[in-house]
Amino acid sequence: MARRRKKRPQLLQGNEAIVEGALVAGCRFFAGYPITPASEISEILAYRLPQVEGTFIQMEDEIASLGAVIGASLAGVKSMTATSGPGFSLMQENLGFACVAEVPCVVVNVMRGGPSTGLPTNPSQGDVMQARWGTHGDHPIIVLAPSSVQDSFDLTVKAFNFSERYRTPVIVLSDEVVAHTRETVLLPDPEEIEVLERITPSMPPEWYIPYEDTSRGVPPMGIFGDGYRYHVTGLIHDIRGFPTARADEIEPFMGRLFRKISQHFHDIQIVNQFMTEDAEILVIAYGSVARSARRAVLDARGKGVKAGLFQLVTLFPFPRRDLEPFLRQVRAVLVPEMNMGQISREVKRVNEGTTRVLTLNRIDGRMITPQEIYERLIKE
Amino acid sequence: MAEVTKLVHKYLRHDKKFPHVWCPGCGNGIVLGAMIRAIDRLGYRKDEIVMVSGIGCSGRLPVYVDFNTLHTTHGRALTFATGIKLAKPELKVIVVMGDGDATAIGGNHFIHAARRNINLTAIIINNNIYGMTGGQYSPTTPYGMKATTAPYRNIEHAFNIAELAVTAGAVFVGRGTVYHARLLDKLVEKAFIKRGFGVVEVITHCHTQYGRRNRLGNAVAMMNWQKEHAVRVEKATEMSAEELRDKFTIGVLVDRELPVYTEQYNLVRQQARESIGR
Repeated sequence: MARRRKKRPQLLQGNEAIVEGALVAGCRFFAGYPITPASEISEILAYRLPQVEGTFIQMEDEIASLGAVIGASLAGVKSMTATSGPGFSLMQENLGFACVAEVPCVVVNVMRGGPSTGLPTNPSQGDVMQARWGTHGDHPIIVLAPSSVQDSFDLTVKAFNFSERYRTPVIVLSDEVVAHTRETVLLPDPEEIEVLERITPSMPPEWYIPYEDTSRGVPPMGIFGDGYRYHVTGLIHDIRGFPTARADEIEPFMGRLFRKISQHFHDIQIVNQFMTEDAEILVIAYGSVARSARRAVLDARGKGVKAGLFQLVTLFPFPRRDLEPFLRQVRAVLVPEMNMGQISREVKRVNEGTTRVLTLNRIDGRMITPQEIYERLIKE
Repeated sequence: MAEVTKLVHKYLRHDKKFPHVWCPGCGNGIVLGAMIRAIDRLGYRKDEIVMVSGIGCSGRLPVYVDFNTLHTTHGRALTFATGIKLAKPELKVIVVMGDGDATAIGGNHFIHAARRNINLTAIIINNNIYGMTGGQYSPTTPYGMKATTAPYRNIEHAFNIAELAVTAGAVFVGRGTVYHARLLDKLVEKAFIKRGFGVVEVITHCHTQYGRRNRLGNAVAMMNWQKEHAVRVEKATEMSAEELRDKFTIGVLVDRELPVYTEQYNLVRQQARESIGR
């Protein structure tokens, strides 16, 4: 199965595309624990990674999986794990560690119905706020939501690039529909894909100050074994990496943690706009629901309703700046989601009463159909 | 310069803010000393050592020494260490944990690391209590003893950490005390050079939290207790069950050969490459 990737159409499911994206992005370490509907990612990587000198390991639980991923990344290898809701909950502790210790890694969460064991084989978007706020303490996070098989590939590459560039965990928030849908995709040649590597220190080791501020807010990352011996901790630390409780050291550290993401919003925040230019009613959707929304918008246009789709590809940091002009332009926005209204709250927060924010929620384990969205668009 | 001063200069971090967090009389320094002496004797380069810890008094151990050091989340040190070792097998990865860290919150990780036979050394400092958080009972607090969360008495039964490691499949298991410092040096060295998952359980005292609450005396008195209750493994075989009743064994409990994970995985990679004809 020597897959010399040629540009030819392939029939892949979302989970398979995530694997392809990860491998192209340079992922060479995966640790995971079996869970529906994410297991295909583990299974395929168990097969593929050893073929390319990479490492796959099945750990004893999801806590251990993310721990191993962080360890491998500290040793200089691009690393990833994949899970679903219950496992994602278990990962929250170490996710915070990766934020504070600034360890690049990618966490795929293929959302299924919750809470608890919930609906293991049904889609949901119930983990949006868990992805944003799941780990304890105030922290920035990057969350990307694919809506197709092509997206699953592209965004996994992007997730690795963001995690390396900003030294932060990145969450790919897929859902059961995207994960198991098979579509024909045209994967680009590896040479055509931008793959970023973390910046490592170039100064002599004795000059290296591991958490010193830089203009980008992202300090170069010493790799274990490369001669830059330093301390990595989940405690809030000073610029040398040593624990501190001094306010004059905590503030600059926490400030930088937020700033390194916020000053790069233009790079991180991705949206797809479809027929938005003259839209009078805007659907704001993400994940598999964005697919239904696209169809609904087309159908509504056919009936003379000036509808548009504003698809959130980056969920967090929430693409406020791109959305705001539309809030002033349209008479209403409709936010369909497979939860009780998680992104609609973000929209309302940003909206501040500018326009009407309508919601369409479904939590019965079924996806939101184009028809449902269409009917709302026609009615409004 | 005295030998110990040389080692202090060579291995302690000069840019770290001291003093350290440990109480006067704590055994953690003896454990760190044993590790440093073993590293020095075996001639490891500082760059190839990764010292990983969890949370608690033991968790602060790596921060003082000039290696690649990693202070992880509570109980998870072995999981991070697993990732490091698999990503860069040429590194010497040493994991330091406490009794609560390794066998309560990290108990699952501990038995699975042992079962997998990942090439790591785990040093478990057992002081029978959660010291840093204020003296709550741990999985190794003996039955009947007191702790802040067992103000009347502890009614749970203690784990035997070393025997747990043996059962879980560790290829090297030793138990020492901070009183028997020279034996500890040897055990740590043996664990370092062992290929596969090596464990050293170190019995130590927490006179501040455990000793005081149970009226066991100061650090010296508690080290004397170690001296009086420890029996060499070799000698224990000649003793009756009655004689061994309130004793614990020290020395090498297990030293065996099993396939090592990293080497096995290399074979898997070879097989995987052959399957695609590379």
